[in-house]
Amino acid sequence: MKYFPLIWATLWRKKTRTLFTLLSIVIAFLLFGMLETVDYAFSHPNAGASGADKLISTNKYSITLSLPFADMQEIRSVPGVTDATWLTWFGGYYQESKNFVFAIPIDTESYFNVHNGEFVVNDEAMKAFRSMRSAALVNVALMKKFGWKVGDKIPLHSTIWTQKSGSLDWTFDIVGTFDVKDPTQAGAQQYTVFFHYDLFDEGRSFGKGSVGWVEERIDNPANGPAIADKIDALFANSANETKTQPANDFAMTFVKQVGDIGFVLRAILGAVFFTLLFLTGNTMMQSVRERIPELAVLKTMGFTNGKILALVIAESLLLCLFAAVIGLGLSYATLPYIGQALQGVQLDPVALIPGLGAAVLLALIVGLPPALRAMRLNIVDALSGMH
Amino acid sequence: MSEVIVSLRHIDKRYVRGKQTIDVLQGLDLDIPKGDFVALMGPSGSGKTTLLNLIGGLDTPTSGEITVAGQRLDKLSSGGLAHWRANHIGFVFQFYNLMPMLTAQRNVELPLLLTNLSAEKRKANAMAALTLVGIADRAKHKPNELSGGQAQRVAIARALVADPMLLVCDEPTGDLDRKSADEVLHLLQILNRQHGKSIVMVTHDPKAAEFASRQLHMDKGTLLEAGTLA
Amino acid sequence: MFKQLIAVILMSLQTVPQRLGASSVIVIGIAGVVAVLVSVLAMGAGFHHTLADGGRDDRVIILRGGSDAELNSNLTRTDIATISNAPGLAKDAAGKALLSSELVTVVNVPKIDTGTDANVTLRGVGLKLTEVRPELKIVSGKMFRPAVRELIAGVGAAKLFRGLTVGSVLRLRNADWTVTGIFSTDGDVRESELLADVDTVASSIERTGYSSAVGLLSSAAAFTAFKDSLTSDPTLTVDVQREREYYAKQSAGLTKTINIVGTTVAVIMAIGAMFGALNTMYSAVAARGLEIATLRAIGFGAFPVLFGVIIESLLLALLGGVIGAALAWLFFNGHTVSTLGAAFAQVVFQLTVTRALIITGIIWACIIGLLGGFFPALRAARLPVAEALRAG
Repeated sequence: MKYFPLIWATLWRKKTRTLFTLLSIVIAFLLFGMLETVDYAFSHPNAGASGADKLISTNKYSITLSLPFADMQEIRSVPGVTDATWLTWFGGYYQESKNFVFAIPIDTESYFNVHNGEFVVNDEAMKAFRSMRSAALVNVALMKKFGWKVGDKIPLHSTIWTQKSGSLDWTFDIVGTFDVKDPTQAGAQQYTVFFHYDLFDEGRSFGKGSVGWVEERIDNPANGPAIADKIDALFANSANETKTQPANDFAMTFVKQVGDIGFVLRAILGAVFFTLLFLTGNTMMQSVRERIPELAVLKTMGFTNGKILALVIAESLLLCLFAAVIGLGLSYATLPYIGQALQGVQLDPVALIPGLGAAVLLALIVGLPPALRAMRLNIVDALSGMH
Repeated sequence: MSEVIVSLRHIDKRYVRGKQTIDVLQGLDLDIPKGDFVALMGPSGSGKTTLLNLIGGLDTPTSGEITVAGQRLDKLSSGGLAHWRANHIGFVFQFYNLMPMLTAQRNVELPLLLTNLSAEKRKANAMAALTLVGIADRAKHKPNELSGGQAQRVAIARALVADPMLLVCDEPTGDLDRKSADEVLHLLQILNRQHGKSIVMVTHDPKAAEFASRQLHMDKGTLLEAGTLA
Repeated sequence: MFKQLIAVILMSLQTVPQRLGASSVIVIGIAGVVAVLVSVLAMGAGFHHTLADGGRDDRVIILRGGSDAELNSNLTRTDIATISNAPGLAKDAAGKALLSSELVTVVNVPKIDTGTDANVTLRGVGLKLTEVRPELKIVSGKMFRPAVRELIAGVGAAKLFRGLTVGSVLRLRNADWTVTGIFSTDGDVRESELLADVDTVASSIERTGYSSAVGLLSSAAAFTAFKDSLTSDPTLTVDVQREREYYAKQSAGLTKTINIVGTTVAVIMAIGAMFGALNTMYSAVAARGLEIATLRAIGFGAFPVLFGVIIESLLLALLGGVIGAALAWLFFNGHTVSTLGAAFAQVVFQLTVTRALIITGIIWACIIGLLGGFFPALRAARLPVAEALRAG
């Protein structure tokens, strides 16, 4: 654009002032990026790489209540269910309660059927895992975090399940690691340790024969809700009624319960945007006011009113977009750290895109009044010093 | 009789400031032949700047007819005037001529942004104009690195770069020392005599007026003709 | 020097109306920062208050050893019997220990605002409930009866969930429960819960045993003896804590998160506001370069000028801080928010804009104002007088 050198030079007329304004906008968009991605994550939770082809069945009345293992056979026989697996919340940590570990007892066959294609495990490790009852398969990132090695015997503490001995500590043999195929799911599984359900069920001093929840894989995602209803119908009016829903929805109900996070984040962003409007608007107004005579000279050269308006708006756009891109870029760099702090929540950078729209909106709101002022200036008055 | 480049008939210009109405020009008639270098003089409030603004198409008369370079200016809209100015007039002012954050060359290129010329062409034309006014060596300097006289020469180069027929100058030497003023006026003379540019210049300075080929005096909104100098 | 300072300040303040736009930048920018800071910290304070402050030093909670929360804990009837015989517990007129055996579970009830189900804690409590928790008051309706499916709902829960009114019926686990009353407990976490008879709850979820026991000590000092007698008992594996410490631990995680997030956001905003303030004050100094130079030429020292600028910045910042705190108080004080508590159930809490928070906000405002005014002030003080006079 041939006007770019003019607009850019105009922006930097008062270097310090522009720099400070720029930095304020950068900071505002840094915040915007950070808060918006968190808000997005909480309103679009990811249940898994292919959440729509999986269902989750829990006890209808509370996730803290269990289901009888005997239900599994009936669930598997429901048409449309290709396989089903059972799991129970272990509540594990390693050494200290702050070292949370998602230790999960699984049925080594059906689990990987239901979650087919999601995990990357080398054949040896899988063989070793399946053949040894005390074996554990550890997430590759977790291995690194605690410095474990294949062959290590690790104790994991359960906050719920005592063994027959009365101890809450369970020991496992690490036989290998696994990785997650879909990089967007890496965060969700970063604390996972798989171990044998048999070992768990036989070792625990109470709750034998019960399962915490069931995960089903279905043949056609479109049939999800219908199959879910069929499963629930099996156990309606029994002592352990189930609630089955697509995995996506299940994750959503949890997230909804965290509450008015969206409201708080929006309120903060609103406050930030509003103060930014003032700050930037003031700078633009001041800058144009100082330049009235020069803008008048441009008009004498033949620049029409429309062109002058466009020049000022372009200046505002350049400032706001340039700063916004820097700010959003910085916030992108912070995403891994925030995700970490929020216990592995996946933060999707796509949430940053509305930021550009916000920058344009800011530029227009802030640029229009001074642009109109510039457009409407009277050449004769401006040149004579009255303006 | 040579062609007339500026023609004013029965020009009235009236301002309303608050409750007051000020008649700046009343029933003014004027013809300026092509190739003329006119110095417009008069005391403060005589209306000379107003007359200049009308000739330059920066303002419109309350009544009357203005024809400049064959165009009836009183019939043009503000957009039309802007377009017309771009093609026919170059301005030189006492203050605010140059954009402080642009180099001399970029300043001179400004009027060319309104054309469809390529970037190379724009640069070439700007450099040609700077050469013409004798200041090509300062092309990359910013206005704060130039003396008053040098800055005004850059302003003149900018006024010339689109090759207008008429140069309109409002107190171009008002802020300069004697030596610089003389250089600028000398340049204007060359542009008039050797390059055929018509020039209308408002000035306070009788010495500046001597560089012109004709002097017009104004008082209280009317013209009084003075002598024509060779 | 003091007189000079006053003169400079008065002069500055008189010119503020001329630079209303620029001055308002500081006020509004800082108001925004303080409003956000105070609001978010009020959330943390409210949450903390609900969980941690509501707890008595002479009330204890006993869990199975190694469990970090009631939901994971498991006590048998024998355990309860042993605990109730431990020394230190207060006793009623008949000599029975003031101990409430409790069973905690989570049920689904639709929320009033979204209509979707959310988790709420259903707490079965022992007969000694009102004596162990004397702050509990039935505000409408009446107490539930034992051995019947009746429950009372806390005022917080009643605000959040559908169908928690006196006389209404809830379907929980294939059985109907009647809400007989609404209770309050001085704003602590119990108000987010539903209370019912413990044995009725146990049978309805097919559980034997309890999650925890809550008891009232004869005095706060009796704690050590009580705890020691239980932890040294070989038949028991229990954790004994003062109720206040238990809840402090429970809320620690979320309170910390809220405070960290709030402070981080506010710091970032403060940096932005500071740049805005710097802009304003630099332009103020530039605009008044002539006046300042004149003052200096007359004989005003550098320091009054310097302080004058800083104080102007401070006063504007202070105004912004007060406005921000007022906005936070106006919009959020007393506002009820709910979120997922430690037991995977909703906890209702009130935002409280305390005096301490307002003072914190104002202090932040002053710091920003100070920083924003300092460098421009230096520039003003160092302005070469002759040059400035000539330029003007």
